[in-house]
Amino acid sequence: MKRRFKADRFLVQRMGISLIALAAILTVVPIIGLFGYIIAKGAPAISWEFLTTMPSNGMRAGGILPAIVGTFYLTLGTAVLSVPLGIAAAIYLAEYAKENWVTRLIRIAIINLAGIPSVVYGLFGLGLFVLFLKFGTSILSASLTLSIMTLPVIISAAEEALRAVPQSFRTVSISLGGTRWQTIRKIILPQALPGIMTGVILGLERAAGETAPILFTGAAFFLPRLPGSPLDATMALPYHLFVISTQVPEMPIQIQYGTALVLIVFVLGMNLIATFIRSRARAKRQW
Amino acid sequence: MDKSPNWRETFVTAIVKTCGYSAVVFVILIFFFLLRQGLPALFEVKLGDLFTTRWYPIENHFGILPLLTGSLVVTVGAMLIAIPFGIGTAVFLAEIAPRWMREILKPLVELLGGIPSVVLGFLGILLLSPFLRVFLNLPTGLTALAGALLLGAIAIPTTVSIAEDALDSVPQGYREGALALGATKWQTIWRVTLPAARSGVLTALMLGVGRTIGETMAVMMVTGNAPVMAIKLTSILSPVRTMTATIAAEMGEVANGSTHYHVLFLIGLILFLISLAVNITASSVIFKSRKRAERVLS
Repeated sequence: MKRRFKADRFLVQRMGISLIALAAILTVVPIIGLFGYIIAKGAPAISWEFLTTMPSNGMRAGGILPAIVGTFYLTLGTAVLSVPLGIAAAIYLAEYAKENWVTRLIRIAIINLAGIPSVVYGLFGLGLFVLFLKFGTSILSASLTLSIMTLPVIISAAEEALRAVPQSFRTVSISLGGTRWQTIRKIILPQALPGIMTGVILGLERAAGETAPILFTGAAFFLPRLPGSPLDATMALPYHLFVISTQVPEMPIQIQYGTALVLIVFVLGMNLIATFIRSRARAKRQW
Repeated sequence: MDKSPNWRETFVTAIVKTCGYSAVVFVILIFFFLLRQGLPALFEVKLGDLFTTRWYPIENHFGILPLLTGSLVVTVGAMLIAIPFGIGTAVFLAEIAPRWMREILKPLVELLGGIPSVVLGFLGILLLSPFLRVFLNLPTGLTALAGALLLGAIAIPTTVSIAEDALDSVPQGYREGALALGATKWQTIWRVTLPAARSGVLTALMLGVGRTIGETMAVMMVTGNAPVMAIKLTSILSPVRTMTATIAAEMGEVANGSTHYHVLFLIGLILFLISLAVNITASSVIFKSRKRAERVLS
């Protein structure tokens, strides 16, 4: 009886661990396949011309320059607002805020901001920036909408980076006569910078790949020129991929895969930069 | 020169504090604007008509039940995928895989989370739905199932990443204790490590699912967008339409201030409230577990 029990529990162990390994394999292998597939299918479409010319023939030929430039502008516009605001908010939470109900309310707000569906941000941007503030369908409206969506990512990451700086750095700076702000600006921020940068890039990466928030706030279906001012609408890579894969009949498949590859390289390239900064900072860190 | 820091301190503190409150301001602003544009719908469409099964805005049929059930069936399907595969992968990475393998695989899974959902939707159209159509012999592959599979893929990185962190932070002594008492590795995982990391794993699932409810592009591209009631078991194999996809697909074409426009904002308001509920629940789990950890430590 006892022996059987013992055999059973090792059988159970073998089955359990096999099942878990299977789940892991079924999760990981498709991910590798997915990247490989897009690279293999998209690479032949990539050429200098594809990256630097306007679309032609109803987007069925030519390049995707306006979409690339548009996504670049949107990412830049998002950074301009969300980075200073997010870092300042993180400084408040990490260095100034006391643990009371107000701070708790801010934390709950940040968690909720991170969870709001992207299409709801689109509605909000339409209601506030496009219609109420009359910015129209523009890079400005879309960037502002994306900024608010990106804010919680930047705040959380920056706060974590600031908190990771050892307390002794603050104590020493204050004891040498530094004020609170001098301590933050000259000691804490430089130390936390790599961590903050990582968070910022990861936040902007998400913004660059989003479609739903810009759908009604700044994305143009087709615009055969580059946007000239922040009040122009713009093409963008994610929305362009959506358009050419669902809205344009007889779209050459190669251009679709090429656009998907460019978008992924754009987004994951940012991810790689963030990873690089993080690992380099870890290696250099003295605490 | 020595006078300025004091003045500067006050000034900077004021700015930093204002920015600190910005998240609260934005949540309130979003709520306010959804309310402002969404509430009129309740006066323009009778509540009874809102909860009917016909969504056909051109003829003023604004029954949101098909959209609610559409979102529900796709989300539940995604959960059924994300729970076994997400938790399984997290357990594998934290408890079974050797360290070098974990260092490679975890970033890889997190990389999936960085892929824009529109790319997943694109692959869903080109690869997944034709495969489902042939494999399951359906009239169309653009079904709730295709949406659920994609949403599962979208929920998995979040779930794996947070659940793995939670499992990893279970003190090594727990495992050593169980093994020393004669438990097998599997018994240790199943009866000690997983229960110890329970709240973290639960949070991981909730945040993963939270992402799926709000997901728009991938779902809109592969679910076929038919606003029909999804209440039968076979609904998973037929086209559905979610709340998010409805907003994304129709908002571009409605006249500002029309009833249709207000109803779409009302749907946005419902989505906002759902995500609020999910996130407040998830965060209260985090707070609770933190308090318990503090109790244990003191």
